[in-house]
Amino acid sequence: MSGAFTKSMARNIFYGGTVFFFLLFLALSFDTHSQLPKRDMRANITPQIAEGKKLWEVNNCIGCHTLMGEGAYFAPELANVVVRYGDEGTKAFIQSRPKEGIPGRRSMPQFNFTDEQLDAIVAFLKHVNSINDANWPPNDQG
Amino acid sequence: MQYQSQAVAKPYFIAAIGLFVGQILFGLILGLQYVLGDFLFPEIPFNVARMVHTNLLIVWLLFGFMGGAYYMIPEESETELFSPKLALAMFWIFLVAGAATIVGYLAVPYATLAELTGNNILETMGREFLEQPLPTKLGIVVVALAFLFNITMTVLKGKKTAIATVLLIGLWGLAVFFLFSFYNPVNVVLDKFFWWWTVHLWVEGVWELILGSFLAFVLIKTTGVDREVIEKWLYVIVTLTLITGIIGTGHHYYWIGTPEYWQWWGSIFSALEPIPFFAMTVFAFNMVNRRRRDHPNKAAVLWALGCGVMAFLGAGVWGFLHTLAPVNYYTHGTQITAAHGHMAFYGAYVMVVLMMISYAMPIMRGRAANSNKSQVIEMWAFWLMTIAMVFITLFLTAAGILQVWLQRASDAPLPFMVAQDKIALFYWMREWSGVVFLIGLILYILSFFVGGKEEKAA
Repeated sequence: MSGAFTKSMARNIFYGGTVFFFLLFLALSFDTHSQLPKRDMRANITPQIAEGKKLWEVNNCIGCHTLMGEGAYFAPELANVVVRYGDEGTKAFIQSRPKEGIPGRRSMPQFNFTDEQLDAIVAFLKHVNSINDANWPPNDQG
Repeated sequence: MQYQSQAVAKPYFIAAIGLFVGQILFGLILGLQYVLGDFLFPEIPFNVARMVHTNLLIVWLLFGFMGGAYYMIPEESETELFSPKLALAMFWIFLVAGAATIVGYLAVPYATLAELTGNNILETMGREFLEQPLPTKLGIVVVALAFLFNITMTVLKGKKTAIATVLLIGLWGLAVFFLFSFYNPVNVVLDKFFWWWTVHLWVEGVWELILGSFLAFVLIKTTGVDREVIEKWLYVIVTLTLITGIIGTGHHYYWIGTPEYWQWWGSIFSALEPIPFFAMTVFAFNMVNRRRRDHPNKAAVLWALGCGVMAFLGAGVWGFLHTLAPVNYYTHGTQITAAHGHMAFYGAYVMVVLMMISYAMPIMRGRAANSNKSQVIEMWAFWLMTIAMVFITLFLTAAGILQVWLQRASDAPLPFMVAQDKIALFYWMREWSGVVFLIGLILYILSFFVGGKEEKAA
């Protein structure tokens, strides 16, 4: 870098550029928020779905699974699990996990959910599946 | 040591290294669980081990950042630290809180931990990387604020160099964006949208400022190149970081319910994100080539150069590999992401903290540099860990490409677990690379205990 480009010029570009692009980011975020209600299906969120999300969180499901592609990569994507297994199939899978795991296989813990809790989890996963996420994942396998 | 109070960095660095060992041990457990699925099940399920692995990483890097700042700021501002006592008190609070959190993860089921720690008062748990119970999150805020107060007061009473200013902006940004971890709406799209304000704006934003300023500091000290030149470079690098990285957040907004225009904003800006990392590499090599002195601490210079190269490869190149929306449509949430995550964190943040420790620790122990024998072992550790990480990344990338093909791109997509079984060979090779990494880490620790003829303090 030649002498014509001084440290104070570099500093001014840093502050100016940062402020400009941060404001642009805020503007884009603001626009996103005005569009989200049409995409995130917030009008359909029931107390049951909220309960499902809480169960999803306090059991740290994201520690193994992905949800809309985000999370850990140890176990399958769950945003579309109801497409693969159906409501009852999903519940039956969660319910039937052996306490001591499956020898030699990646094993999911037995969480001892009640029927209401299972209904809430499936309601939450179906809600996530209904979100307009630009047609992701590429196929039903997730 | 020019200022006595710089010594508070020492416990921070020791704790960082200790937690780093824990992180790697849990990484090996996770790697084994990828191929021997029921290893340690049900005592330590994968999700628990992963939480320990990622949370230990975050906590030890924070210890490294704080230690680095406590060491660097007095020397930059040419004044003693505002309050060494406060720094030491915060060290113990942070260490105890961190250890208690890890014990909590391991001792009780996560749902019980949530119940016990008041998650019902404010639901913040169960989101990736932000799994910490509410008291821990609040503890992080308290420690961060006390730390920032201490550092800021020191700079205010002393010299305000560009390096100190960039570090302060980075650290304040770190604290401010962490506050989004307390926002967890029922609407999962909004939840994910703002979750990235912590996660992305940390690692692809303000943390890079911390990285840049540490690198600039060590390069000034070890090369003797004129401060004006180095600080000009630093401003250019952090400018490039933020003008690409802030809008680059958009590469996380492709498939989570956010509008499609993010595919354009995210692709274009995040495709530019490798540029600041490339600039960092050029910067490090350029300064070392133009050095006016040969610093006896060769190991620290090696970490600085290595950090530039590996951050560019891991964060820059491996990030670019899957950042364009049409590519990411297929790679999103696969082992490609894991590959990128590993090399980026190692290359950028692990290496910069180890560089800082490598430079500062000998000085805090009363010498300009460690003995040649000790440095040789440290450099072996550097190469073993770095090469192991390159192979971990390559094997995960291979696994990821196959996973994408088998599960997403082929005409007859396979179920997740069927695809996983077919790529197990690569997970085994990743695990063996992990063992080599651990050997490197053990050598690294040994290097602190090797005596020999040490370079006298300057």
